[in-house]
Amino acid sequence: MSDRAAKRRPQFRNINVWQLINYRLPLAGILSILHRVSGALLFLALPTVILPLFAMSFTSEQGFTALGAVTGMIITKLILLVLLWGFLHHFCAGIRYLALDLHHGLDKHSAKKSAGVVFGVSLALTLVFGLKLFGAF
Amino acid sequence: MGPSERIGAKRLVVGAHYGIGDFVIQRVTAVINAIYAVVLFVGILMMPGFTYEAWRNLFTFSVGGFPLGQLLATLAFFSLGWHAYIGVRDIWMDYVKPTGIRLGLQVLTVLWLMGSVVYFVVILWGA
Repeated sequence: MSDRAAKRRPQFRNINVWQLINYRLPLAGILSILHRVSGALLFLALPTVILPLFAMSFTSEQGFTALGAVTGMIITKLILLVLLWGFLHHFCAGIRYLALDLHHGLDKHSAKKSAGVVFGVSLALTLVFGLKLFGAF
Repeated sequence: MGPSERIGAKRLVVGAHYGIGDFVIQRVTAVINAIYAVVLFVGILMMPGFTYEAWRNLFTFSVGGFPLGQLLATLAFFSLGWHAYIGVRDIWMDYVKPTGIRLGLQVLTVLWLMGSVVYFVVILWGA
């Protein structure tokens, strides 16, 4: 008990933006905030990036062919890579949340483990699709 | 501790329960979106080649003259829009406290998503 009193842990109440830098989130916490960030990203990209590209690919055969030139640009590839990560993270983390909602893996140990699995799977998938995007295979 | 903070085993839950409805809808639409995404992905994998015709057919296939592909894509997109509405609204509710700014952002969110739905429907059913 005495060593617990000696090692006073920092307290965070009504955290402000600058304190966030020193605030260490557990893995599941990082996953959670990234779930939100990726969702917001996809929301912003929907009518500005995703739907214009879909319209181009879908409306005419000329557009479909011309899309190759647009996605050939490195800037388009980088934007698509970020969106790809956003989708895959949101997808994988979302499945984890659905499981948690059904009271699967709610204890501390398995929640941490499943957060690790989500990061592993979503980043691996991003790598695979990213390599495909950049024409590695 | 004010009376509204005294929440215990015998608390009286009041209100219209809109929150639980949105909670459930967010999960139901999440499942629909996930299933549609997987179906689309499998559809892309099963395409004979990445041609314009095959790509269009993913969204426009019909069964006995009934435009099933377009209908499913439209329903999936509605589901996506509804899911995104609840999620983005939650972000404003968590971080933006002044009522006026929050209301403005929520209205913009609705317009943004309704615009997206109309845009998608025009692309899909237009040509």
